[in-house]
Amino acid sequence: MPPPEHSAIRRFLLARGNSAIADRVFRALMILCALSIFGIVVLIAWQLIERSQLSWQAFGFNFFWKTYIDPTTGLPSYWDPVNGYFSALPFVYGTLVSSLLSLLLAVPLAIGVAIFLTEMCPGLLRAPLAFLTELLAAIPSIIYGLWAVFVLVPLLRHYVNPFLIKSLGWTGFFDDSNPTGLGFFASAVILAIMILPIISSLTREVMTAVPHSQREAVLALGATRWEMIRMGVLRNARVGIVGGVILGLGRALGETMAVTMVIGNTPEIHRSLLANGASMASVIANEFTEAVTDMHLSALIEIGLALFIVTIIVNAIARLLVWAVTRGAPATQR
Amino acid sequence: MRQEFKTRTRLRGVVDKAATFLAVLSTLLVILPLVAIFIYLIIKGASSLNLDFFTKIPAPVGESGGGMANAIVGSVTLLALASLIGVPVGIGGGVYLAEFGRGTKLANAIRFTADVLNGVPSIVMGLAAYSLIVVPQHHFSAFAGGIALGIMMIPTICRTTEEMLLMVPHAVREAALGLGVPNWRSVISITVKTASPGIITGCMLAFARVAGETAPLIFTALGNDFWSTSLNEPIAALPLQIYVYAISPYDDWHRLAWAGALVLIVLIVLAVSLVRFVTSRGVLKGTS
Amino acid sequence: MGVGIEVTNLNAWYGTNHTLQDINLNIPANHATALIGPSGCGKSTFVRCLNRMHETNPIARVTGTVRIGDLDIYNDTTPVEIRRRVGMVFQRPNPFPTMSIYDNVSAGLKLNGYSHRQSLDEVVEKSLKNSALWDEVKDDLKKKSGASLSGGQQQRLCIARALAVDPEVLLMDEPASALDPVSTSKIEDLIFQLKSQYTIVIVTHNMQQAARVAENTGFFLNGRMVEFDSTHKIFTNPSDKRTEDYITGRFG
Repeated sequence: MPPPEHSAIRRFLLARGNSAIADRVFRALMILCALSIFGIVVLIAWQLIERSQLSWQAFGFNFFWKTYIDPTTGLPSYWDPVNGYFSALPFVYGTLVSSLLSLLLAVPLAIGVAIFLTEMCPGLLRAPLAFLTELLAAIPSIIYGLWAVFVLVPLLRHYVNPFLIKSLGWTGFFDDSNPTGLGFFASAVILAIMILPIISSLTREVMTAVPHSQREAVLALGATRWEMIRMGVLRNARVGIVGGVILGLGRALGETMAVTMVIGNTPEIHRSLLANGASMASVIANEFTEAVTDMHLSALIEIGLALFIVTIIVNAIARLLVWAVTRGAPATQR
Repeated sequence: MRQEFKTRTRLRGVVDKAATFLAVLSTLLVILPLVAIFIYLIIKGASSLNLDFFTKIPAPVGESGGGMANAIVGSVTLLALASLIGVPVGIGGGVYLAEFGRGTKLANAIRFTADVLNGVPSIVMGLAAYSLIVVPQHHFSAFAGGIALGIMMIPTICRTTEEMLLMVPHAVREAALGLGVPNWRSVISITVKTASPGIITGCMLAFARVAGETAPLIFTALGNDFWSTSLNEPIAALPLQIYVYAISPYDDWHRLAWAGALVLIVLIVLAVSLVRFVTSRGVLKGTS
Repeated sequence: MGVGIEVTNLNAWYGTNHTLQDINLNIPANHATALIGPSGCGKSTFVRCLNRMHETNPIARVTGTVRIGDLDIYNDTTPVEIRRRVGMVFQRPNPFPTMSIYDNVSAGLKLNGYSHRQSLDEVVEKSLKNSALWDEVKDDLKKKSGASLSGGQQQRLCIARALAVDPEVLLMDEPASALDPVSTSKIEDLIFQLKSQYTIVIVTHNMQQAARVAENTGFFLNGRMVEFDSTHKIFTNPSDKRTEDYITGRFG
């Protein structure tokens, strides 16, 4: 049998290799890109741990709750780089107070919005309203900060704070020692506005993931719409909603610019929510470029490391909760 | 019995109405700040915008006028640098998750880590870039700022790329394999290309997000009152300049801060709307 | 020109599912061969073993030998190389959605690094003429996307795409099952014309289709090949009782 006649194209293709090497290189490159995500986490952790050694060795865990007493005034002092006082306690306090207060303000509203958008909203309004809440998430922190400084804080100073002092002053959480309008409460309000879209979009996602049959089952029993939402939807989606709330908390804990601009930036602990304070992120943003001693820098980086660890844990929990609900659910409508 | 049933039914109706009212109210309360922010941005920003804003560098303290030309150029430089890092690495990671690692433990771990990394505060990214680049070099630089922003883009782009690739039908991959196309070629020229509108969308979103980032730049790019395009020197950036001007005591600078914020938000809203427009028309039109 | 296929002791698994058992078969060159049988009988798996598409599924496994021409495809070569010599047309039309008609047809060449512009033009025209699509699309080759065509046109586009790499064997996995009767008859005409130049293996659940286009027919049942003979013999005088039952519609 004579050898088969090949066309020009066949001869060309026969001469091409199997590109096994190119395939292997490509695959390795893609794996490398994916592994870079682990790399980034490890790199951040390693850098922050290394550069915070000085402060860690000097103070250990005391760094987070030590209270110094200033010998001249006899008053408690926490953070005074000049005198070598380094305690992150007021920043931890400020972060917790402003974040938790912001959750308190944002969660009911976020769930309300999610309920309105998924269950009540006329179809025509749904898309634009969802877009608006998405837009809220796309506004940069610095613009929230700018708006808060020039609009929100004066508003609080002139109208809201006097009202709070008058009506709730007796609780001790609202006293009139700070006339600026800055402070924990202002931070909490701006944080609430910022984390609202995150919580409400996730809540919406888990609510749409609740199968339609669950709603119909409750409606068929003669329930009103609210009862249907409460029993058929919210009950089934609650784990995911908690996940969304925790995700919002994660964002609030690390939010920097807007908080730095309105919290007042004094390393003090006050019971009053209207007092000035500082948060972990704000003290880093505020003092880092001015820090001159190695110990000051190291202490600030240690605060950053603590923030890193806490947000990793908070976000991991939130993701696990959200995944537990939306896994296997039909594709969500965006 | 009958009477009791009636009052209960009426009560349930009232509760239902109240719940509806509260849901509508909270929606209005959420829209309110958004509207307020935009109104202020437009009123205060537009009145301060002029040609000088786009062509001049900041005026020295005490002199009025000046603009943010250097900050705009600086932001463009930083974002270009960030995209150079974030886009290829992010897309590569997404390709691994969707094309090679599907269902493996490694891919699940990477996906989870990417989601968690997304929630790490940007100021922490700035600290890491400071520690990694600024400290060894002994000076602040555009380079350090660009890296901090680039790292932030990676997890977002990686996850959206994966999601978009998963939407490409299996039949399309089979068609390419059936032609004897090498795998790398099939992934780049067929799968990624088919999903490219969605992937570009993801990149734009990541881009819009880091465009407004300020915290990671404070101690990496630092800011600069003068013209600088060198990657090895401190560089100005729009959000940084807004921050500096907003906390300054001068009215003239406050006006510039508003103008800068307006420019920034217009860019971001344009990006997000574009994304919205593309996705609403179907990310992968005609593939089903 | 086509080459013959020689299959010896072919076994295939999906996970623990033994989908093909001891298949022995000689498929003659430049003829159309039909594979029939009830769904799930392994006929699709069989054609996917002929261009090593079977192994793209990570849980799949194959033993035995398949020789295409004088090439042992499981030992002498790689999947990428063998798939360039064995074209495949799938059950559902799967044109590349983002590509124009022209790019779809030339994809197999371009993506394998062939870039001679003029001969690409020739190949595209020849392949589209061979797949009887040329007259319908010649005016907007580069304007229209492959996905904008009708189902039947898309499938002929996929055939043109497979023909463009000048394969020696053309595998067709139920190529008309997703199409309307008019499109189906067009595809059948096409197969009839192409079989003098290519070795065609066509899987079908439609017995009339097998009878119309193929010289030889194999009957598959439960992962085994029950009978292989000339189409005429299979449909008029099968040797096996099970073939007869299937042909006469007693099951399947």
